[in-house]
This record gives sequence, C-alpha cells and structure tokens, in this order.
Amino acid sequence: MELTTKRYQSISYISGPLLFVEGAQDLSYGAIVNIHLPDDTVRGGQVIEVSEKKAVIQVFEETTGLDLARTSISLREDVARLGLSREIIGRRFDGLGAPIDGLPPIIPEKRLPIIGAPINPVARQRPQEFIQTGISAIDGLNTLVRGQKLPIFSGAGLPHNEIAAQIARQAKVPGGTEEFSVVFAAMGITQREAAFFIDQFESTGALARSVVFLNLADDPAIERLITPRVALTAAEYLAFELDMQVLVILTDMTNYSDALREIGAAREEIPGRRGYPGYMYTDLATIYERAGRIHGRKGSITQLPILTMPDDDITHPIADLTGYITEGQIILSRELHRVGIYPPITPLRSLSRLMNDGIGKGRTREDHGGLRDQLYSCYANGVDLRRLVAIIGEEALTDRDRLYLKFSEDFEKQFLNQGQTDRTIEETLSLAWKLLSVFPKGELKRVKQDHIDRYYFGELMEETWKEKTRV
Amino acid sequence: MAIKGSIIKIAGPAVIAKGMTGARMYDIVRVGKEGLLGEIIRLDGVTAFVQVYEDTSGLYVGEPVESTGNPLTVELGPGLLFGVFDGILRPLEAVKSLKGDFIARGAVVPALDREKKWAFEPTAKAGDKVGPGDAIGWVQEFNFKHQVLIPPSVQGGEVAEIKRGEFTVTEAVCRLRDGTEVQMMHRWPVRQARPVRQRLDPREPFITGQRVLDVLFPVAMGGTAAIPGPFGSGKTITQQTLAKWGDADVIVYVGCGERGNEMTHVLDEFPELEDPRTGRPLMERTIIIANTSNMPVAAREASVYTGITLAEYWRDQGLKVAVMADSTSRWAEAMREISSRLEEMPAEEGYPSYLSSRLAAFYERAARVICLGNPERRGSITVIGAVSPPGGDFSEPVTQATLRITGTFWALDDKLASRRHFPAINWLRSYSLYTDLFKPWYRDNMPADFEELRDRAGALLQREAELQEIVQLVGPDALQDDQRMVIEAGKMLREDFLQQNAFTDDAHSPLLRSYGFLKAIIRFYDESLVALKRGMLLDEILNLKQIEEIARMKDVPKDDFAAYLETWLRRLPEAFGGKAAEPAVAGGEE
Repeated sequence: MELTTKRYQSISYISGPLLFVEGAQDLSYGAIVNIHLPDDTVRGGQVIEVSEKKAVIQVFEETTGLDLARTSISLREDVARLGLSREIIGRRFDGLGAPIDGLPPIIPEKRLPIIGAPINPVARQRPQEFIQTGISAIDGLNTLVRGQKLPIFSGAGLPHNEIAAQIARQAKVPGGTEEFSVVFAAMGITQREAAFFIDQFESTGALARSVVFLNLADDPAIERLITPRVALTAAEYLAFELDMQVLVILTDMTNYSDALREIGAAREEIPGRRGYPGYMYTDLATIYERAGRIHGRKGSITQLPILTMPDDDITHPIADLTGYITEGQIILSRELHRVGIYPPITPLRSLSRLMNDGIGKGRTREDHGGLRDQLYSCYANGVDLRRLVAIIGEEALTDRDRLYLKFSEDFEKQFLNQGQTDRTIEETLSLAWKLLSVFPKGELKRVKQDHIDRYYFGELMEETWKEKTRV
Repeated sequence: MAIKGSIIKIAGPAVIAKGMTGARMYDIVRVGKEGLLGEIIRLDGVTAFVQVYEDTSGLYVGEPVESTGNPLTVELGPGLLFGVFDGILRPLEAVKSLKGDFIARGAVVPALDREKKWAFEPTAKAGDKVGPGDAIGWVQEFNFKHQVLIPPSVQGGEVAEIKRGEFTVTEAVCRLRDGTEVQMMHRWPVRQARPVRQRLDPREPFITGQRVLDVLFPVAMGGTAAIPGPFGSGKTITQQTLAKWGDADVIVYVGCGERGNEMTHVLDEFPELEDPRTGRPLMERTIIIANTSNMPVAAREASVYTGITLAEYWRDQGLKVAVMADSTSRWAEAMREISSRLEEMPAEEGYPSYLSSRLAAFYERAARVICLGNPERRGSITVIGAVSPPGGDFSEPVTQATLRITGTFWALDDKLASRRHFPAINWLRSYSLYTDLFKPWYRDNMPADFEELRDRAGALLQREAELQEIVQLVGPDALQDDQRMVIEAGKMLREDFLQQNAFTDDAHSPLLRSYGFLKAIIRFYDESLVALKRGMLLDEILNLKQIEEIARMKDVPKDDFAAYLETWLRRLPEAFGGKAAEPAVAGGEE
C-alpha cells in the first residue's frame, strides 16, 4: 500500500499551521493528506489551496517537529470522510473522529464526507414539532422546535454548561415514541468542563443515547475546524439514515471561530471585523444550516450551539453572525445570575423564531401565543419601572405601576428561577396565568377574551383593583 | 470555436485557468470534469479568474475549463410563477428529483419546463410590423394573460407567419420576414437591465397593508426601500409580510444567503395563503429564489441579479412587480469574499471599492416605466432590500451605501422587537422621501384630513418621545395633565396603531382602515384635551372604556369597520360630555 502511494517531498515553507508543498498539483482541492515526519509519526492535513506551483496544506495537529528536508506528504483521501455505523452511539471520539474511550474502532457501514451538502430548500420540511426542554423560560417564552438551531449566548462564568446538560437530560417530544439521541461536540473546552459533561451524561444515563466528540483546550486549534463537521456528519447519519431525533450540542463556537481566525491569519488573508475572516458568515452557515428536517424522512437535527460572548458583547462578530444565521437565541443574563436566578435566561432579549409554528392548539395549548405576548409586555413594563424607581423612589408610582413592579419580581422568582426541576408545558402555562392574575382583566390586552374566561385566576383581583384606582 | 483552457489554481470558490484565449468578461464557463458552472470575473492575458457557483472540493489542477461564450443569462417565458429556483435559476424541484434531498454538484436543469405545452393565442397577424417589446400573443398562466413579447434583443420586422395552438416554450410561434423565429421563451443576461421606452416619476404609493408603512413611511410604486436592522428585529418577517400583502401583481422573493428553514416557511405558507385581491393562492403570483447561506457563495452573488431580471421581465408585461431582497448584506458579503479571493485591494471593512456602485446599479433597476413596445403598457418594479448591519451598527458600509440610494428607510429597532413591538420599525429614525410626490394621489384617494392626521401623529410621537425622556429623569408626576395626555395618546398610537400582529386577521390593514384607527386615536386625544380644560380629571379620562375600545378595534371585522367607526366617532363626545356636566368635578384638577 505504502509503496504505491506517491510521496511529495519538496516542502518549501512552513508557517503556523500551514505547509507549502511544491510540485503537488495532482492533489485535489480539499484532499486529506498524511504528513510523514522524520521520526516516522504521521499527522493529518487538508489541501486548502492548490495551484500549478504549490499546494497549501493545513496541518490538523501542530507543526512542531516538521522540517523542510525530511518531512513528506502522501494522499490519504480525496475528501475528508467519517466512518459511521449504529455503533457510534454511546462512544467517545476525539475531534477528528478517532475513538478515545479505549474501545476498538468502529466498523463503518458508510463513509460520508464531513463537508456535507446543503439540504435542498424544497426538500426541507417546516420544523413545527414542539420539543419540551422542561425549562419554563424556553418552553413558555422561546419554544424550541424539532429541526431548529437555537444558540445559547453566554458569557464567561455563566452556567451555560449546566443549562445545556439540563436540556440534554430533559429534552423530549411529549407523547413521542421516536428514538432520541444527543450528539455532543466540544471544541476547545477545558478538561474540567468536559469532565462535567461526561459526568452528567453518565449519571443521568444520557450517555447511552449520546455520541461524544471532544477537542479539548490543549488539543490542536486547527482540529476545531473539523470537530463540528465530524459531529454533524454523525448527526446526519443518525437522523436521516437511522430515523432518529438528534439534538446536537456544539460548545464552544467562540473557540471554533478563533481557530478560523488563526487559519485566516496564517494564510495572510485580508481580515474582516476584529480580525475574523470575511467569509466567517458563510463558514458558520455551513455548520448551522445542517440542522433541519427533510420531507419523507422521519429524523431531525436540532442544534443547540453554545457560545461565550467576549465581554458579554452581543455585537461581537461571533455572536452577531451567529444570530443572523440561527433561528433565534437564548441569552443568559449576568444580572439574573448575580441575584441567584437559575437558569438566568433573560426573556426580553431571547427569541425563538420558529416558536409560532410550534405552539398553539394541537401542539402546546391554544392560549400559548397570546400568553407569551402578555408576559413579555408586562415584564418589560415592570423592568422599565424598576429603572424609574431607582431614580425617583417607589412613592412616586401609581398603584397600577406597583402591580407591574410586583409582577416582574414574582415572574423572576417563580417563573424563571426553577432550578433543576423539569416542568411540563402545562405547568409552565398555568404558572404564567397564576402570575398574570395579579392584573385586572382589562389590563391584559394581548390575550383573547375567551382565554381570559377560561384561565384567569379568580375574580378577586379584579375587584381589588377597581377599589384601588377609583381614588 | 470553443474556448478551452485548464485549471492552474483553486482556492475556495475562486479558480484560475490558463489558455483561455478569446474568453470574454462575465462569460459562463464549465469547470472541471463534472462541468461545474462558473463565471469569468477577471481576465489577465490568457489567464481567466473564474468564480464557481458550486462547491469546488475535489477539483484538480489541470482539469479543463470551457467557455460557453455567453454571459450568465436566464430563461424568461411562461412557467416561472410558482417556481422555486437557486441563485442561477435552476429549478430546485428538478434538482431534487435529479440529485436527491441534498444539493449535489453539476446539476444542469433548464429553468423552464421543456415538455409542457402552452395554448398560444396570437394577437398579431401576418403582415404586421413588429418591433422589440411588442406583444404578439398570449398564453394563460394562472390568473395572468402572459404576453409573448418580441425579445428586446430582436430587431423586429414584418410578421411572415404566426401560429395558433399548443406549443412548448422552445417551439417557434412566429416567423418574421427576415427569417427570425420567435419563441415563447428568450434569454437575457442578468447583469444587464432590460430596456424601457420611458421612465416615469414615482407618483403613487405601494400599499403594503402595514399601518406604520402605509401611513407614516410609504414607499412609491416603482420606488426603493431599505430595511436595515440587527438580527431578531424582524427583517425577514417584515419582508414576508410585504410579499404577502403588498399591492403587486407579481412578487419576486430573493432569499439571498438566508436561513433554509425560513425559506421552508415561505414555501409552506404561500401556497396556502390567499391573495387578498384575487382570492387565488399567493404562490401563483410568486417566484422564489432560494440561495440559502450554506449554498455556494458565487451563486449568492448572482441571485440578486437573477431576481431583478425576472422582475423586469414581468414589468415588461405591464404589471406591478415587487422584489424582496433578503438580504443585500449577504450579497455584499459574497462580493467581499470573492474580491478577497482575487486579492483585490479592499476598501472599507474589507468590502471591494465597487460596493456602492454595484448597490446603486441594482437599486436603480427599480422604476415605474412605460414599457418597450406596443400596445402601450405601464409597469413598475418596487425593490425592498433588507440590510443586516453587523452588530446593528448602521454606520457600516452596506447600510450607508444603501441609504444614499433608496427613497424610503425603515429602521428596524431591536429594542422595540425585544418588547414585542412588531413591526419593530422605529418611527423616529425612519423616513420616506416620497410623501410629497404623493400629494395628488392622496387628494384623489383619501379623506381630506389624511395628511393632516398623519403629520399630527408624527408630531405627537415626537413630542411623546421628548416627554418620555423627562419621565425617565424625574418621573411622571412632574408632568402637567395635558402632557400626561400626550404620553397616553403616544402610547395608544404605539400600541394600537403602529403595532400590528402578522399572525392574526390584523396582518393586512387596508389604508382606509388604517386611517380610521388613526382618526379614532387623534379624535380621542383632541376631546381629552378639551375635557381637561373643562376640568375633567385625567384619571377619569384614562378609565374611559373608549380606550379599551380603541385597542379592540382590531377585532372588528373589516366589512363592518367603516360603520363601526362612524358610530364610534359620533358617540365619542358623549363619553366626555356626560362627565363634564357634573359640577363636582370642576376645579378638581391636581
């Protein structure tokens, strides 16, 4: 085998993670190569530019120990592929897809290119099945649906890992009987974080339905560019070949983007905003857009990417471009975290774009849409008033204003702050009505009259309020 | 002779080929053994720089590159409506049946169905003199009498023969004396605007059914509007709402580098929805170009041109066309990406220096025109372009370049969106340069006080914003009662007039109904001021049931609305009058 493979010896230049080889024009663009080191070890690489004169190879691992004279290159595969079979479930792999759990390599049934192909827009099926995460702030206000990509925008020190683990544990389709699995891809996370996830998965039994890909903080940064694609290829196989409902958790996309920037800089590309390459939008899209459902196939891929916003800045290119591609975002708030609310999901800035398709009669409950609008509007009003109180004191408020203030307190303490409990959608909605019932009916303009008739808690509040405002 | 060269370099979507003697700029080439589609975007001696519309993985140096000798053209003719295409007008349904659920490379599918027969009804006869753009007959396509035109590129002459009957798009239906054969289909290069006889001033509004847009910031029929906004502020929903309810005969929706699931939403919903004017499914007047963000970047660059060329074809039929481009920022980014692969000198933020001229050239293809050819037809293209400024920062190059060109600016505001104020259009930052041009139209079509009410609403909202600042600083108690009333009226305007739920019956509000809401609010405000002067208490006014009635006016069925409003307005003074008569209240102010 080795004998028949052509070796390219004339490496002319090594810079950062890049290798320039002369006279290698018979390598194809995107090909995967073996890099043979003088000490007989082998590393992997990919052709990212090829011309008559030279080929540029991006080395997956480090370039330490490579030299110009004795290092050589040989072709491994025309494009990067991942071997797949049902056995991958319950296994742990490194960032390139090699097993790291001490078990033997899997015997592949299929070898699929990791680059993937875009789903034809007309083949896509509209995501509209509700996924219950058991978290009120998500289920009630920013509902996740099958086939959606909904990132968690977090900051350093916020409990995004806990939330992701909680969702991985609790996520289900109410009444559904399909197979549910979790593909977990870690990019550049620390050993401590990885241990947390593995421990969570093991202790809750979730590992038995999970596929784990780990690229840790001390693994080569360039590998991070491959990890999410490998994970999504596995997810596509599970979803579209084996008809499973797949939840993909990608963490942390900030590390991925930094690796992308590293490569861009090494290639001496013209940088875009904050040094990130100009094609970062397209590049991220080729990851995020691999979520969805397809007509005539039972499975689905739902993505939950996690990213930490540098300095909590939502206008930072990584968060910004992600927000433009994904179907909404769940934002964690440092203020809520500080006052001890878990999960600290801020409803006012979070958004699920596909929510309206996944809620309402026959999916969650007929009053869900109106109820959500009402919660938003009341809570937003309460938050505004808080600012006012800070300046002029509570005495200056009208009785009506005080109601809003009280509501927003209760809303945070009871609705948002649920800890590790797993709430059904019914529980979430009833709680919402209970909280809203501090308001007189006339104040609830966003919900339909017949929903008020059905779900409003008692007439008592109505009476109390009338007395108060009659002066 | 075919021009054939070979690849010497591959870097992402940019491929360089040598031996391309005689190739022309913007000619389409087939790259590699698989025949990937590409376009020549720079020539240097015999070396051609090609942007490839498909993924280039697996290409080798030395593979052939062959020029087709033609620029990027699209097929125009009957059969485009109801279609879903990619950025270079390949029908995605056909690509799917050819290549499966995922888009594979090298699919060659014509835009128009070659098998389908259309019943051609001639209107010209042998011996007639015809010129470019003249209608020679028609076929029925859904609700349209689709005119078959002499292509603008054909010289014209005397009709030698014209047929009646069923033909495919490629069969000749007419022969001119000089031997030219005319088919129902012709090709047009997308980067070139189709000729018109005369451009007209934009003098009437493009009615969208959205109160905030129609009343406060209208765009002209044949005009241009930009919708910039940070993510999550509702650009796409606004675009889709306009596509649904906008007063156009044909909608071309260009999903340029956007989300796949959102396109699915459109594809799912439009066939179900009814066109409010004809009662037919919306999809029958819609053409969708779906080049999602993970599809090849070069095709994204082309998709905007493809879209506007289709729009021009329908305009030439004498129809009102609206183009929704979502989003032009992704288009600009595609230009930036390709420019950077070509190692061109970048201008601001890495965008190529020709960014603003390309944007301008695109938006200028919007117009109200007298179409080329006889009989005289008038058509229009209204372009509504979404802009996605990074970080919501409007000072970035794409937003700024767009603002210099477009006539209406709808500023989306994520603060409004996060309070679920939809459409999240900021009434203080948005503007329309067309309102003065519409004066005659308003005089003829709207009640006399329409413009006055509109201006007063604008002023009230401005005043409210100023007072809100004071409230933020010192609290509402510092305000006089009449100032408090401004705040209340502003709140009513915001909540009951500007906000509009895209998911209820209120999604489409006819202009007269919008006017009615406005009138109810302003009249209520006026009466309140009078009543305050008379000594009525502010709290009493704020507890009037009329406030809630205004909020619930959205639920009044559209057919009953005019009558309801009239009664409501007539009875409004009673609400205030009854109280004012009570002496106990007088002097109770403060």
